[in-house]
Amino acid sequence: MSRVLAVLVALILPFTLTTPARAKDELVVAMTQYPATWNPVIGSMLAKSLIQSMTRRPFTAWDADWKLRCHLCVEVPTLENGRARRVTLEGGKEGLEVDLEIQPAARWGDGVPVSVRDVAFTLEVGKHPLSGVASAEGYRRILAMKPHDDKRFTLTFDRVTFDYSNIDLQLLPAHIDKPVFDADPAEYRNRNRFDTDSTNPGLAHGPYRFVQVVPGSQIVLERNPTWWGPTPHFRRIVVRIVESTAALEANLLSGSVDYVLGELGLTLDQGLLFEKRHGQRFDVVHKPALIYEHIDVNLDNPLLADRRVRQALLMAIDREAISRTLFEGRQPVAHGGVSPLDPMFSPAARQYRHDPAEARRLLDAAGFSELRAGVRHNAKGDRFSIELTTTAGNRVREQVAQVLQSQWRQVGVELRIRAEPPRVFSQGLNRRAFSGLAMYAWVTRPQGVPRSTLHSGEIPSEANGWTGQNYPAYRNAEMDRVLDAMERELDEGRRRALFAEMQRLHAEDLPVLPLFFRVDSFVIPKKLKGVVPTGHVNGSTLSVENWRWVD
Amino acid sequence: MGRWVAARAAGALATLLLMSVVVFGLIGLMPGDPVDLMVAGDPNMTSADAARLRALYGLDRPLHERYLAWAGKALQGELGFSRSFGRPVLEILWPRLGNTLLLAGLAFAIAIVVALPLGMLAARRPGGRVDYLVNLACFAGVSAPPFWLALLMITLFAVALGWLPAGGMGDVPTQASWSDAALIRARHLALPVATLALVQIGHYTRFMRAAMIEALRQDFMRTARAKGVSEARAVWDHAFANALAPVLTVLALSFGGLFSGALITETMFAWPGTGKAIYQAILENDFNLALVGLLIATLATLLGNLLADLAQAWVDPRVSLTAGPGA
Repeated sequence: MSRVLAVLVALILPFTLTTPARAKDELVVAMTQYPATWNPVIGSMLAKSLIQSMTRRPFTAWDADWKLRCHLCVEVPTLENGRARRVTLEGGKEGLEVDLEIQPAARWGDGVPVSVRDVAFTLEVGKHPLSGVASAEGYRRILAMKPHDDKRFTLTFDRVTFDYSNIDLQLLPAHIDKPVFDADPAEYRNRNRFDTDSTNPGLAHGPYRFVQVVPGSQIVLERNPTWWGPTPHFRRIVVRIVESTAALEANLLSGSVDYVLGELGLTLDQGLLFEKRHGQRFDVVHKPALIYEHIDVNLDNPLLADRRVRQALLMAIDREAISRTLFEGRQPVAHGGVSPLDPMFSPAARQYRHDPAEARRLLDAAGFSELRAGVRHNAKGDRFSIELTTTAGNRVREQVAQVLQSQWRQVGVELRIRAEPPRVFSQGLNRRAFSGLAMYAWVTRPQGVPRSTLHSGEIPSEANGWTGQNYPAYRNAEMDRVLDAMERELDEGRRRALFAEMQRLHAEDLPVLPLFFRVDSFVIPKKLKGVVPTGHVNGSTLSVENWRWVD
Repeated sequence: MGRWVAARAAGALATLLLMSVVVFGLIGLMPGDPVDLMVAGDPNMTSADAARLRALYGLDRPLHERYLAWAGKALQGELGFSRSFGRPVLEILWPRLGNTLLLAGLAFAIAIVVALPLGMLAARRPGGRVDYLVNLACFAGVSAPPFWLALLMITLFAVALGWLPAGGMGDVPTQASWSDAALIRARHLALPVATLALVQIGHYTRFMRAAMIEALRQDFMRTARAKGVSEARAVWDHAFANALAPVLTVLALSFGGLFSGALITETMFAWPGTGKAIYQAILENDFNLALVGLLIATLATLLGNLLADLAQAWVDPRVSLTAGPGA
């Protein structure tokens, strides 16, 4: 027996004693997704945006205080500083001209300066019908680009919109990718250098550049010597893809991974548990994000057409109790699609508290006054039984659905839950095939105008190729007018008033039942400093050069 | 023998062709297409964008046209691009196939080395103490869900003891020696291989045990003992050789599974293999990757079948590869 043990120890020992020492100029981070492409203009994915924020910078982005700041430009263009101005376009329409200046020291990783040539090439790709760019609307709005010299240019926009300062343009290196694009624009999406030669130093102009890419598994970044900003503290960052969040937690605890990106890492319930068990080793930050959990109401369903019914449904839900029970009160209740952290949030819009008595009264008033076997019926004998469709496999949503079923039952509403795989769910949603309610989440932007979800012109139908995201089929001429005006209003005070009006209308009509704003859990080792969760689309990696390890 | 192999190869080709039609059809008929997913995730996409992208990806054409276009290119060696990785399909699948073969092949080999002797040991005295213990261990191995087993392994050896890494393949520095590189790989392979092997050992031990019990009961064993052959020789030369035929069939058929990957183990240990890639491809509507991945798995299964037949003929002289059915 002892000989067997000795052999076992001899076999295991070399595996256990040779852990390679890792100097702390290397940080190992993990996240749960790998992006479909590394090309910055083809497709949008959080995983790509998080990693590319380390290797490149947009012209402007929101910072952790939700203020717009310049990254690749030298000054945010505004009407006040003269870098933007209203112009009259051909045909008499009003447009905007915006002057931009690229950071003088900005160079690609191979030393070639970032220039207006890259801007022109990026716009060419963005507008080309065969390039594979998913949403070309932003590019189409740019009518012209006039270069002044290598670093300065003027963009002409086809309309006046309040968010003209936010130039979220991700440049493509013309000296590398233009020959590929010119050879065959239709094949550019497959043959672009971001995907075929990802470690080419000339693709990066941020603090880091790719030195190794193992598709679906690992990305290794090293300092980019041509970065014009402060030198990053870590020489090397290894990004591992671990899809199972349980395995992610184990990796963190075992030290195989130093830090899990909060935006694509542990779920809130995992984060809360982690905080209790390992709070002495990690700083756990629960940051409300612009991920809006809500229920779309199919307004074509006669049972849900009366807004008193929708108000009753919302008042019958105890969202505070759900947050307390499932998320220890950390997940803030939503009163609409605008986050309370957003400067455009209006506290004046109606907020619904849990009030089952008032819910019953409203349902009575809407004609559903007769209770048969605990379920309400109207005078025509219609049974108040509705279906809630949601995504299967999302444990939190499935739990919330069960609570809704129980709480609505208490006011006489029967709920049938239908959980579908995400791809089936998203097709049903796009085709407006859900019969009653659909529970899912939207990712929104700071000061984002919810045109695509609330404007009557955005109702998906066969005629428009099932595009637009107004899945409830909400039609309100006043809302359409307010949404149109919000986009065009440049005066912040007047825009705030329009946002408030939009929130008021939404809260009265309730085409969507607001639930929560999801919270990202950032589990940060105590020695890792400089990670600042933002809570919006421009994630924490946009300040990666400030991350450092303090022993 | 030559005619037999040629007939099997022709059968395999026909099966592959049929499978390509079935798989392409099934993936094509699944609800949702990639453009639906893009529309759902991007509020700025217009109907014109959606129509443009459907035309670009060929999604506006009928399924049979898309299949014929794919098959035509595949015959010229162009298997297309993976939409979820933005790279040629084979560029994604080849390295993953190697990773999966390394992981699953090692687990398979360890499982055979452990399971065959264990099965024989248990079969010597069915119902005895050893048999009872082996059965208990086998049932534990077979019943433990791989997800749970993987977590247990990670928690024990990576988190609590800190002996082994929790996942990934490990970074091999460019200047590392061959032995250092092998050690880094081995450390990262230890837990996933152990997890996979533990589940397989249970299965194979049960097969081996049943086959050995059956063989030990045969008349030729009684005859061998009556002739004075030693017990060890009777067991090895007679019982084991006869028990091996059905077990080899099962093992050879498992060979196909090595290529389709071990989805749960690969996911839990972040091991970049084919199982995870195929699963993701199906979820994300990545036609080309899913199709080629599944066809490779089919080919491997057919190869496994072929190996099973060859192995049968090798260990059992009564089996002839030249005789057709009814001959």
